Amino acid sequence: MRVALFLTCVNDTLYPDTGRAVVKLLERLGVDVDFPAGQTCCGQAHYNTGYRHRAEPLARHFAEVFAGYDAVVTPSGSCGAMVRELYPRMGARARAEGRGTSLTSALAPVVPKTYELTEFLVDVLGVTDVDAYYPHRVTYHPTCHGLRSLGLGERPTRLLAQVKGLDLVELPGADECCGFGGTFSVKNPDVSAAMGLDKVRAAESTGAGVLCAADNSCLMHIGGTLARLDSAMRPVHLAEILASTEEEQLV
Amino acid sequence: MSGTFVGMPAFPEAARDAVRDTTLRGNLRHATHTIRAKRAKAVAELEDWARLREAGRQIKDRTLRRLDHYLVQLEEAVTAAGGTVHWAADADEANRIVAGLVRATGEREVVKVKSMATQEIGLNEALAAEGIAAYETDLAELIVQLGDDRPSHILVPAIHRNRGEIRDIFARTMSEWGRPAPDGLTDTPAELAEAARLHLREKFLRAKVGISGANFMVAETGTLVVVESEGNGRMCLTLPETLISVVGIEKLVPTWRDLEVFLQTLPRSSTAERMNPYTSMWTGTRDGLTGEGDGPRAFHLVLLDNGRSDTLADEVGRQALRCIRCSACLNVCPVYERAGGHAYGSVYPGPIGAILSPQLRGTASEIDASLPYASSLCGACYDVCPVAIDIPEVLVHLRERVVQGGPVTRRGAKVTLRPAKGHAAERAAMRAAAFAFTRPGTLAAGQRLAARTRRFHPRRLPGPGRAWSDSRELPKVPAEPFRDWWLRTRGGKDAEK
Repeated sequence: MRVALFLTCVNDTLYPDTGRAVVKLLERLGVDVDFPAGQTCCGQAHYNTGYRHRAEPLARHFAEVFAGYDAVVTPSGSCGAMVRELYPRMGARARAEGRGTSLTSALAPVVPKTYELTEFLVDVLGVTDVDAYYPHRVTYHPTCHGLRSLGLGERPTRLLAQVKGLDLVELPGADECCGFGGTFSVKNPDVSAAMGLDKVRAAESTGAGVLCAADNSCLMHIGGTLARLDSAMRPVHLAEILASTEEEQLV
Repeated sequence: MSGTFVGMPAFPEAARDAVRDTTLRGNLRHATHTIRAKRAKAVAELEDWARLREAGRQIKDRTLRRLDHYLVQLEEAVTAAGGTVHWAADADEANRIVAGLVRATGEREVVKVKSMATQEIGLNEALAAEGIAAYETDLAELIVQLGDDRPSHILVPAIHRNRGEIRDIFARTMSEWGRPAPDGLTDTPAELAEAARLHLREKFLRAKVGISGANFMVAETGTLVVVESEGNGRMCLTLPETLISVVGIEKLVPTWRDLEVFLQTLPRSSTAERMNPYTSMWTGTRDGLTGEGDGPRAFHLVLLDNGRSDTLADEVGRQALRCIRCSACLNVCPVYERAGGHAYGSVYPGPIGAILSPQLRGTASEIDASLPYASSLCGACYDVCPVAIDIPEVLVHLRERVVQGGPVTRRGAKVTLRPAKGHAAERAAMRAAAFAFTRPGTLAAGQRLAARTRRFHPRRLPGPGRAWSDSRELPKVPAEPFRDWWLRTRGGKDAEK
């Protein structure tokens, strides 16, 4: 199986550690993973801010770059949802606007073979115990697009529950949005910050030292709030926890 | 505070004050979290909830597809039952019709059932201008009216008020409107309810004209339905001699049987009750020949368009017309919880308001152009919607309308909107990003530049960047982007294949 890592533009630019963790994890599980250098951005920010037409060439580019692979794995719930939920919708809108089926047929092949990381692990590889070791108290925030658009359900927490040494504690109000929302975070900064602060307070109330999520965009907002408050709690991407082993521990 | 929404600032500015108002935040958090949990429990009781939701969606969609047909059928049925149907294209026309009907009775006061449609058109203000006093009889609407306030929630218009504030409003203002509040009124719910009951009772018994909206209209029988909790609606619908109902044209269902779906989903979604306490249904007038039976001697139905036909013309946006005004989306919305209802600048606040107001009113005003952005697109509203309105989908669709313009229907005519002003910098940034993102080399060059200059990056941003850095640290740019690490450590891998 030819597996491609779609790291996302945010992770590539700002969170390379998450990318290295995914590679390390997948290779440990025997997956031969490739990083196609032509990859850029799925177009989510364009689409969600109202620039659907600008997102179309990015979607076509995505489909070309990942055409030759059997599976595309991404460590981002929202970018995964962009491909799986919104690419078909973009094609349908183009059709409704009288622009034919060319966008739909260009995007159709990549849609069903794109997986968010925990889906790929649990559904495709069929594993929940990935031999990880992470001796910390962790609370998990299910990000909105992973939770509601992709329906990741208990996949992330099932994976976390199998990590040796990890003490998983429940996050109160876990399914409430952290307030990031892409451009929402700067278009409505006061509400966004208030939501972020409430999320951080809820996480701190658990006594966990680590706030885990499977989307670094949300963690950028939550982590930025934690840092501004000088909180001792650290934001960590799920992939980095799953990549951590007794031999090679993530600090 | 004034009773209208004219001249509202854009959502972000309006929300700023609400976010900092700790009393308001506390009131809203307590109320929305309580009802949110109750709704979840009430919905979980039904094994066939998903099928009821899908049935509701399909009934509404089928009705909207043939709305012209069903409206004519309704008019015939209402007329046959002794009622009179009036057609109002917009708020002004509806207000003129209602004021004329009240004047024709010779009365100077009316009692009102809680109604979103009459709030939407500003009926009370229009009647006041004609010298007609309209008394709200729903407890929460009474609180809003006595307090010269605005509703901030569809179902619980005074959700932003706590018991102490309500006591003060009653004690201060009831005497100006009728029977004063009892001396020594406390803030216990029973005492507050009793004060309202006594105050309203004299109005119910005196009023000759009642005004209502309706939750549903049944096309085949001409029956109107009001669903309520307090019984004030039943008083207004049965005691007055003349009943005037102002109803949006999308409130139709084709058959009596269709109600079986909504009478299950509406109460569970709104008040988290298995069944609401009062369901009033009426068909035309009491028997015209004998004068026997219950209900009004004269019944007028004012069918309100006010932007609904234009909304129906939009194939993505039209799903907003499925709404049955349950408020579940408000109660679950993290933005509503923090910004409060007033920030939405409309009688329709929350997620549904953010997609309804810019469609019914257009996106020309500052507030309406900002509403599609008043959401983090978390999708909680879509999850709880009993008629499966994909609110995030419509929000994004309306964002597109704001920044890109495009074809819309306004007052029945197809027009092409120009892109809104004030988005030039964003448009340029999106264009530049799209350029770089279709050219991996350009993206990589940008990443490397950011990495090389990372020691000079400021911790706080000036200008528009402050929107981020006022409350959050910026992420630190790493020494090298992932793609360079990959190239450096696995460089040959791609070449081998």
